[in-house]
Amino acid sequence: MRDEIVLATHGLTRRFGGLVAVNDVDFDVKANEIHAILGPNGAGKSTLINLLSGEIPPSEGQVLYRQQPIQGKSARQIARMGIGRSHQKTNIFPRLSCLQNCELAARIHMGGVFGSWRSRQTAQKVSERAQEVLDTCQLNHRAHTTASDMSYGEQRQLQIAMVLATAPSLMLLDEPMAGMGREETAQVTELLASLTDRYTLVLIEHDMDSVFRLADRITVMVDGCVLESGPTEQIRTSEKVRDVYLGRHDEGATA
Amino acid sequence: MLHRYPKRVAFIMLVLTALVAAFPLWGEAVFGNQANFMLEKLTLMLILALFAMSLDLLVGIVGLVSLGHALFFGLGAYTLALASPDFSPASMWWMLPLVMGVSACVALIVGVLVIRTKGIFFIMTTLAFGQMLYYFISTSQFAGGTDGVFIMFRPSLALGERTLVDLDNPYSFFYFCLGMLLLGYFFLRWLTRSYFGQVLDGIHDNEHRMQALGYATSGYKLVAFVIAGVMAAVAGMLAAMQYGFANPAQLGWHTSGEVLMMLILGGMGTIFGPILGAFAYEILLYLYEHATTHWPILMGLTIIAAVLVLPRGIAGLIIAPPWRRKRQTASEAVSEKENASIATSAQPVTQRKEN
Ligand SMILES: Nc1ncnc2c1ncn2[C@@H]1O[C@H](COP(=O)(O)OP(=O)(O)OP(=O)(O)O)[C@@H](O)[C@H]1O
Ligand SMILES: [Mg+2]
Repeated sequence: MRDEIVLATHGLTRRFGGLVAVNDVDFDVKANEIHAILGPNGAGKSTLINLLSGEIPPSEGQVLYRQQPIQGKSARQIARMGIGRSHQKTNIFPRLSCLQNCELAARIHMGGVFGSWRSRQTAQKVSERAQEVLDTCQLNHRAHTTASDMSYGEQRQLQIAMVLATAPSLMLLDEPMAGMGREETAQVTELLASLTDRYTLVLIEHDMDSVFRLADRITVMVDGCVLESGPTEQIRTSEKVRDVYLGRHDEGATA
Repeated sequence: MLHRYPKRVAFIMLVLTALVAAFPLWGEAVFGNQANFMLEKLTLMLILALFAMSLDLLVGIVGLVSLGHALFFGLGAYTLALASPDFSPASMWWMLPLVMGVSACVALIVGVLVIRTKGIFFIMTTLAFGQMLYYFISTSQFAGGTDGVFIMFRPSLALGERTLVDLDNPYSFFYFCLGMLLLGYFFLRWLTRSYFGQVLDGIHDNEHRMQALGYATSGYKLVAFVIAGVMAAVAGMLAAMQYGFANPAQLGWHTSGEVLMMLILGGMGTIFGPILGAFAYEILLYLYEHATTHWPILMGLTIIAAVLVLPRGIAGLIIAPPWRRKRQTASEAVSEKENASIATSAQPVTQRKEN
């Protein structure tokens, strides 16, 4: 089942006024792969993720999730279909504890809409699940720390833990390592690498080492269009990508 | 952790409750022949505390600032007044469910219409609904227009032939109101610590993230809105029993504004804070009214001072007293500096407004 296509887009386009942020993108994700999206700032990577998770509607084109069009569904409904996402900007519940953050995420797929009223048994399961993802993300020593009191790197890790807690069948991660230190980046890279046998991942990331280490396939976007898409080796050696993207990215990184 | 407070809070609240409950013992010694008048004031404070607490569920817990909460307070008062027969006392066993049922229905209808609006729009739509009912009632014949409706007999609380609590007796009515307040308090305390409460906290902190996780946030907010409305209506019913009438003033935005000030004074989001706020507000009002005819100026200054000096209200003062706060802020300052340095050194190459 390795090659089963979980998610596909056809001619996906999103305009903001005159700006075409995502331009006629055909893109697909196979089961249990890590599909990385590369591109300079403003290439439309986050917009693409927002289209996939239903946070903004497309101007044109289609998204198929397990062969079903997700047109017209709200972000909430899509989340419940098993697409979990993290945001580029840290997006957590600052007054709640680390564990409570994960419990909120875990509970949504364990109870109904008002699963909040469910039994002790569910509560137990939710709490176990939350604890488990904190273990996975090596945050258990922070379980009872208020989220806003954690370090920036820990908050970023908590974001990943929250996505994991929803037990998604497809994870969309928008620059999960943005702003992390070298050590934390390495740690999270290992974490993501360890997830592949259970999860399917779409990963936006600027850190080249991590991307080449993790990705099975890479799609490179420039100005809203797909420049090239293919296996990691192909992208690593592609002239086109080197010219248009890598050169510019190096400039950006040193600036 | 959120909604868990130092032991000190429970201790202070317990002492204050005992003090209030013991008023019949010390009232006459302190106030002399004013004791009965003071008992009535105290009863009113208990009722307003219940009202303020119900608004805290919306404003402090969910983060929805309503300027129309008096709608439900007045609704409770009018429901009782209009449903009470003229020549005999109604039964509390009928009146309480009636008031709760009517207010729940109205809260559901109003809630469905306002709950999707946010921030200033929520303030304005709740205000609009409040004022609509205000004008409707104050111009309606059946509701007595601007005079309101008088209640000839307070409802009775009886089991068969036996009277359980003689609500006509000011002392028993006082204890009845105290009981309702405690009931409301423990209900909200339980609610905020339940999973439902945790979801409300999540909505307060980051509604967008809650939706992205898959929560139907509007549904939760609507339930909170209805609960707050029903509690306010019960408070309004008690107020009508206390005064002996329902009046349009109980519906107006003035009342909504006053109860919001009680919240600010007491400290929102804490449930126990608004109780203290209601007492503090009423005591200040009493003192100021007796000191000068320009009391609104004094009250305004007090509220401004409270916001500046006590941003978390009286509750904040008890949870983190200034003499304990010094050490805390020193350590907080360090971690803040750390955070700031991380934030500046470690942001993505560009920072753009996301979503
Ligand atoms: N809500 C919006 N309204 C208007 N323009 C938008 C909106 N969101 C994104 N854009 C624009 O769309 C373009 C693509 O933005 P997007 O955030 O998708 O880029 P990105 O590839 O994620 O960049 P980065 O690497 O900086 O995160 C940018 O020019 C941006 O200004
Ligand atoms: Mg982006």
